[in-house]
Amino acid sequence: MPFIAAGDPDLPTTAKLLKELAASGADLIEVGFPYSDPIADGPVIQASYTRALAKHVKLKEIFATITSVSREIQAPLVGMVSYAIIFRHGIDAFVQEAKAAGFAGLIVPDLPGDEASGFATLMARHQMDLIQLVAPTTPPDRAAKILKHATGFVYCIAVAGTTGVRKELAPQLAEMLKSLRTQTTLPLAVGFGISAPDQINHLKGKADGVIVGSAIVKLLENLASDSSKTDATLHDIGSFSKTLADAAHH
Amino acid sequence: MSVALPDTPFSGHATSQVPDAEGRFGEFGRRFVPETLMHALEELTVEYAKAKADPSFQKQLDGLLHTFVGRPNPLYFAERLTNACGGAQIYFKREDLNHTGAHKINNTIGQTLLTLRMGKKRVIAETGAGQHGVATATACARFGLPCVVYMGEEDIRRQKLNVFIMRTMGAEVRPVTSGSRTLRDAINEAMRDWMASVEDTHYILGSVVGPHPFPMIVRDFQSVIGKEARSQCLATTGRLPDEVIACVGGGSNSAGMFYPFVDDASVEITGVEAGGRGPKAGDHASTLTFGNKGILHGTYSYVLQDEDGQTADVHSISAGLDYPGVGPEHAYWKDTGRVRYVNIGDKRALETMQYVARTEGILPALETSHAIAYALERAKQRKPSDIIVVCLSGRGDKDVNEVARLTGQEL
Repeated sequence: MPFIAAGDPDLPTTAKLLKELAASGADLIEVGFPYSDPIADGPVIQASYTRALAKHVKLKEIFATITSVSREIQAPLVGMVSYAIIFRHGIDAFVQEAKAAGFAGLIVPDLPGDEASGFATLMARHQMDLIQLVAPTTPPDRAAKILKHATGFVYCIAVAGTTGVRKELAPQLAEMLKSLRTQTTLPLAVGFGISAPDQINHLKGKADGVIVGSAIVKLLENLASDSSKTDATLHDIGSFSKTLADAAHH
Repeated sequence: MSVALPDTPFSGHATSQVPDAEGRFGEFGRRFVPETLMHALEELTVEYAKAKADPSFQKQLDGLLHTFVGRPNPLYFAERLTNACGGAQIYFKREDLNHTGAHKINNTIGQTLLTLRMGKKRVIAETGAGQHGVATATACARFGLPCVVYMGEEDIRRQKLNVFIMRTMGAEVRPVTSGSRTLRDAINEAMRDWMASVEDTHYILGSVVGPHPFPMIVRDFQSVIGKEARSQCLATTGRLPDEVIACVGGGSNSAGMFYPFVDDASVEITGVEAGGRGPKAGDHASTLTFGNKGILHGTYSYVLQDEDGQTADVHSISAGLDYPGVGPEHAYWKDTGRVRYVNIGDKRALETMQYVARTEGILPALETSHAIAYALERAKQRKPSDIIVVCLSGRGDKDVNEVARLTGQEL
């Protein structure tokens, strides 16, 4: 399950990239909505958001781009978006527009389970999944409460900290996955810090999916200044995504 | 927005009995943070409630505020300013006389004691102008706790004196190079550090912003300002003031000043925001005057942002008011009408700083000068028997480089 930020380096490239990722075998694609103050994200994704915002990417244009590609893509698209953006746009309007654009669900990293009940109801009414996150710091009784609102899959945060490439995953990750498995029938997807096929192999049998963000987004870094490499970079990202997908499906 | 948030907008009178258990000030406040931080915030809420109810904690805090900070500081009658205005009597609550020169230390001493109580071994903090950073570094030095202060690269350049003081106190000042490279990004960076270090680290947030329980904790520790001012005013004048005034950036000195007066219906309360260069977006930091309801740094309050929810750039002559959000309790006070919020621009703040120095022999911080500028204007509209109390939140030493630069003088 790859992640990219919408509008980095620009929305036409985002559209091409989504098709490339879908063709590479991704089971689901996360689309990040650039935000000025993304506290859950590490430096790579924040830099990607900053690049997109520097070009004044607008919400309306992101929805238009997704609308233009979502029908051609088999893999479900899930938006990763700050509640600051949703709230400012108007909660009803945001969910309706996201649904109309072709998003299957949303991940709202700064809307913890405690605050999510009203929003979860609204999402359910529009038949969209609201993906809930569980962290290594989440105690089991809290996890149980969070799972009550969960639909789609459960996003298991692999490390305490922000998104970003890491060599080691939290030692308690295996325990956390085991415990969650007994509490929900939803698929468990692991994200934050995952960047390589061997990490995916390591999670075999423990998790049902992995989310790779920073390692993919990093490949886009040089495109902001040099668009001549767009095709080559898209190809590289496609191949990398295929390696990850193969490791996951093997 | 039919399902805007689970709550309907709050209406009715403001009370001091806030926030509720979920951190709500009316409809504002609460927690909009990544799940990774939720457990730490719950733990902090529980530990703080225990500390608050523990007489030995309060005794230790009061002792330090007395012997280390220098409290109680005086309520001072600004006689020459009063005479010059020819209206209401103007009193200053002298937070500038605290150790480290501002109100910020009231909170950092309290939160450092909380850190020790929770058994955490390391402290992080954010700072804009550097006052909170200095106050945190000072409290940590006092207790031998390692301290990392996140500070925007741009602010480090502008506030060399405070950076030097923090380092002398043994703190590590970590430059923040992301985004706008100012206070807002320093908070983002401190929160990110905390997400990865939450097991052994406490984050000493410097204002009444951020997720619950921070707005409550910082307000409580700062309330010593208003409590003292209230009883000092009663003791020296025999009655409560007619109006209480303080400047509002994130809103910590003002929250501490206002809170003990919230239930005194006869006391008018006014918060003064930074008007900057004018009302155009990007030229000011008047969040309550020009902002919209929104979410920033884990809390629901008023925010300066564009129509897509992206946080706006802000400007003020004073780095301490230069923040695009504001504490949720201020949003609650605004919407209930309990506190009136006005703004004063760069030019008047600068003129007021110089005028107060010459007239009263006190050099106020540029932040504070916003509040005093409004108080002088207000005093002229009031009768001589009226009493105005202004929170003199900090001294102006830290601003001399900037003021010299702006007025074309050499230091």
